[in-house]
Amino acid sequence: MLHIVACIKQVPDTKIIKMNPKTNTMDRRTAPAILNPYDAHAVEEAVRLRDKYGGTVSVVTMGPPPAVKAIKKCIEIGADEGYLITDRRFAGADTLATSYAVTKAIEKISKIKPVDLIICGKMTIDGDTGQVGPGIARRLDIPPLTSVNKVVEVNREEGKAIVHRKLEDGYEVVQSSLPCLLSVEKTINEVPYSPFPNMLKAARYQPHIWSVDDLEDVDIKQLGLKGSPTIVSKVWAPPKPEGGEILEGSSQDQVEKLLAVLLEKKELFQAKEGV
Amino acid sequence: MDFKDYQGVWVFIEEKDGEIPSVSLELLGAGRKLADKRGVELAGILIGENIKPLAQTVFEYGADTVYIYDQPIFKHYRTESFMKALLDCSNKHKPEIILFGATSTGKDLASAVATDLPTGLTADTTELDVEEETGLLLASRPAFGGNIMATILCKKYRPQMATVRAKVMKALPPQLGRSGKIIEESISLQEEDIRTKVLEIVKETTKKVRIDEADIIVAGGKGLGSPEGFQLVHELANTLGGAVGASRDVVEAGWIEHPHQVGQTGVTVTPKIYIAIGISGAIQHIVGMKNSGLIIAINKDSEAPIFDACHYGIVGDAFEIVPILIEQFKKALTREEVSHVREV
Repeated sequence: MLHIVACIKQVPDTKIIKMNPKTNTMDRRTAPAILNPYDAHAVEEAVRLRDKYGGTVSVVTMGPPPAVKAIKKCIEIGADEGYLITDRRFAGADTLATSYAVTKAIEKISKIKPVDLIICGKMTIDGDTGQVGPGIARRLDIPPLTSVNKVVEVNREEGKAIVHRKLEDGYEVVQSSLPCLLSVEKTINEVPYSPFPNMLKAARYQPHIWSVDDLEDVDIKQLGLKGSPTIVSKVWAPPKPEGGEILEGSSQDQVEKLLAVLLEKKELFQAKEGV
Repeated sequence: MDFKDYQGVWVFIEEKDGEIPSVSLELLGAGRKLADKRGVELAGILIGENIKPLAQTVFEYGADTVYIYDQPIFKHYRTESFMKALLDCSNKHKPEIILFGATSTGKDLASAVATDLPTGLTADTTELDVEEETGLLLASRPAFGGNIMATILCKKYRPQMATVRAKVMKALPPQLGRSGKIIEESISLQEEDIRTKVLEIVKETTKKVRIDEADIIVAGGKGLGSPEGFQLVHELANTLGGAVGASRDVVEAGWIEHPHQVGQTGVTVTPKIYIAIGISGAIQHIVGMKNSGLIIAINKDSEAPIFDACHYGIVGDAFEIVPILIEQFKKALTREEVSHVREV
């Protein structure tokens, strides 16, 4: 029976978020918090593997208390258990400090039940780094496999997994020992609408909530802002370029002016014509 | 940690089918500038099997030194083996800065190495600078989903590390015959020490979408309203003989596949002509296309930031303007051909 842990994050929906132009910070109130879209695919893949091989899917996240909502979303997708680590001492973590904290949570989860496989989304839409997954793998000293777009086989008895890693011009078939960590592409699966029983379960589900004090062997210096080697020194809106010439007039006039501009580069179009 | 022990700028050089991909050459160009400002050496790191012949190219594009790990165990890229080589090299020779391409390999390797060192790593950098006095790397990137730029520093750890987007830095013109110092290294690593194995590499023969190679790109955004509206982009691209690009939100809405996405989390493009239709112009999109030769924007909203980033803008309804443009362009092109024939 496999025990698969999916690492997830609740993120502000960056498509909707507004910036405060005075402070150059995110106005989080303007953006709804959602399950990071890449992580939904990680959870879905974990659920599919559990359904294929049998076992348990646990999800783990670090975040403020409202992140419970993201865990409930994972229960809707089909996860069995959810763990939230939440503590002010985690705040301000960069990718290195985040991978440290999440690793401590996974170590504790694996004491409850040994973990065979960890699955992460490719990246988050608010951080856009993709660095936390491989970081967790290194800290647990298990192989990281990024850019995974297919899981061919997970064989607990033989202690191996076979996956496809996406390359620029194809893919490679890689075998790894278990446990290992996969960062999965969005293309690995489609997340269907959640079945009704899952929604009911999610509504009632109460995740396990841990603070720093619930974790073991934690070096406080490696957490949060203090444990983060990178700092944001400056947030700025890039200087506005001078801007272009706005072509005025009726649609017909506008098109005529635009056409004149395009035809200055007519060699591009003729080259295409000849092919 | 004594910062004085850490010197020089390094670039991890990728290898693909016996050649160095352009992103690594661009990084040598960017690294050269940092090294010159700081008055230190620029080094390239080559890891692979039979990879030594590539050193010459690394010198020609600006490196003073090349560190080489040339062993059969490095035949395929694997995180664990490459990471061990790079950690070995970094611990031995102590660079101040290490740059990687923000490719799948570069990001994978950099994330692992930064965790083990440990040090700070900035992802998907689009601007690089260094403080002349302190050697502090100023790595800037679009942040918070690309709505704003942020400059990231790593003050307390060395080396400082960053992955850098392809096509935003410029490679130097190669100086043929330029040479430098080769330092051959090796690590004792057995196949049994590596827990992953590449069983097979499959090249996909289907023609891949490579919009970063197109001379003309017509890109569409949410302003087109629907997948049906987005067809307008395909039509204009067909007429002009260009490729189709898209903003992040339409890719996430499923109107078109990810290989068409232009921007921070998509592809960086530098076509000769870029036409943005119904794209508002979030920073994360702009960083992916701002170096295009001629940028044209068509948008209903006269306040859209895309108009600040374009050379020519039309404030208006794309559904009215683009069909006229297609018609007029076809006519104009026919005229051109006719006059061309007459001249002959």
